[in-house]
Amino acid sequence: MGSKLIDGLFIFMLAGFIGFEVIRRISPLLHTPLMSLTNALDAIAVVGAIVLVGEHKSTLSTILGTLAVVAATSNVVGGFLITDRMLKMFKSSRPAKP
Amino acid sequence: MNTLPVTQNVIEVIYLIASVLFILSLKWMSSPTTARHGVWAGELGMVLAIGGTLLHRGIVDYKWIAIALVLGTVIGIPLGMVQMTAVPQRTALSHAFGAFCVTLVGTAEFYLRTPNVPRFMMSVLSIEVILGSLTFTGSLMAAGKLQELLPQRPLTYKGQNFANLALLAVGVAIAVYLVLHPEAKNFFPAMLGIGLLAGVLMIIPIGGADMPTVISLLNSYAGLSAAAMGFVLDSKLLIIAGALDGSSGFILSVIMSKAMNRSFANVVFGAFGQVQAAAAAGTEAKTARSATAEEAAAILSAANKVIIVPGYGMAVAQAQHKVRELYDALTKRGVDVRFAIHPVAGRMPGHMNVLLAEADIPYDRLLDMEEINSDFPQTDVALVIGANDVTNPAARSDASSPIYGMPILDVDKARTVMVIKRGMSPGFAGIDNPLYYLDRTLMLFGDAKNFVGSIVRELGGGGGH
Repeated sequence: MGSKLIDGLFIFMLAGFIGFEVIRRISPLLHTPLMSLTNALDAIAVVGAIVLVGEHKSTLSTILGTLAVVAATSNVVGGFLITDRMLKMFKSSRPAKP
Repeated sequence: MNTLPVTQNVIEVIYLIASVLFILSLKWMSSPTTARHGVWAGELGMVLAIGGTLLHRGIVDYKWIAIALVLGTVIGIPLGMVQMTAVPQRTALSHAFGAFCVTLVGTAEFYLRTPNVPRFMMSVLSIEVILGSLTFTGSLMAAGKLQELLPQRPLTYKGQNFANLALLAVGVAIAVYLVLHPEAKNFFPAMLGIGLLAGVLMIIPIGGADMPTVISLLNSYAGLSAAAMGFVLDSKLLIIAGALDGSSGFILSVIMSKAMNRSFANVVFGAFGQVQAAAAAGTEAKTARSATAEEAAAILSAANKVIIVPGYGMAVAQAQHKVRELYDALTKRGVDVRFAIHPVAGRMPGHMNVLLAEADIPYDRLLDMEEINSDFPQTDVALVIGANDVTNPAARSDASSPIYGMPILDVDKARTVMVIKRGMSPGFAGIDNPLYYLDRTLMLFGDAKNFVGSIVRELGGGGGH
């Protein structure tokens, strides 16, 4: 238990730093799609919910888990969809302008 | 452990690959040219992770998983197809969904594990549930305000901050008690309830102009609650995704707070609108000059350099496509047209960029405040469409102004300033804008969409062929 906690904290710390360094470089131009993308990635919580439903340990856990999978899946699908729709709209003027 | 360790290892490797793809996904977001690859990497990582999870040997029943995945997809597709003007409320809603998922899983885990919950486990479980429930109701409230289902004006009362802090303190106290006595089942719903209530109370005093900061903050909370869930489930993938989302939301909140010259605490506890209503009093009669669309078109077509400053009012009036026509008409006449985007223009970070990109304005014409501010003195016309406080020179000069110190776009330094506005009433925050009374300022009164439309018509009639 103790070492798992420490492992987890190490991972959290490293991922936090990576996130910080990577996201700092993202131009304000793309902050809206960034937020919808991280939202979709965050919905990876769906994996925890899937296991909860599938293990079927109690009626309560199955019901709550099913609702959780629905909520997270809608974020996965909706999040990626709208991020891609937004990014498709960003076009450069370089080729056409005189 | 001994039945199928191979499958378990395979799943872990798949999660590792998914983590790499998630990090690459964010890395590719740094430039508009690679950003779509980022989406694909994220999608691939997600499909792999979900596929790998389905191999989990503990899963005995797939029926409800399948139903939930289908149902989630059915709900997700319309949420991915909303109009670009509705993106802020959609984002708030998806923060609510994410937090809802985390809260439900945390609740289920508690009832599965009690009464034997190790202290560390109970600590992270409490963090997960409090942050998750608070983000859930907070985001629903934010979405309601953005969709204008709830009043947008901040609601404040005496002792509000104290009440909110006291409530949170009680929540934390219950969490501590649960860590020490995880068998005290009845305390769990109380903790959950306090989290849900705190989310509502936290958003009540927040006004529309503070939404960019608050949405970023909620984004950060959603990420942190997911990371806490990763600790509970011992899922490294979830810890990584949560930490990435948490730091992203945190960075955006810092950028937004800086752009308003305010601290986090000030946004959450400040109730901006209230202060200003008082400060707006005591303005003597000043005169502003107004102009017609014809005059505006004449000035614009004689200019060499034009900077357009869009604000939330442009989104409300749905004027972005007319603005694009104006951009085209002026560009055809050889006028250099660029857009100046304040970080907090609109209702979420980057909101204006998305609306203008949707209207087919090339992204290299959209510049953020730091890039473009030094160009205003060499600019012939600054055209303000639906923006107010972010152009208010009082922020630079008037120490008594509630927005004093906030970085603004130096619109007043342009040779001519034109402001499209419905009337002389003060903006959302209720602060008078001295920009409107400058000699070089022309007020163009009317609806943004119609007015820009009539300027375009004037430009077309004046012989652009």
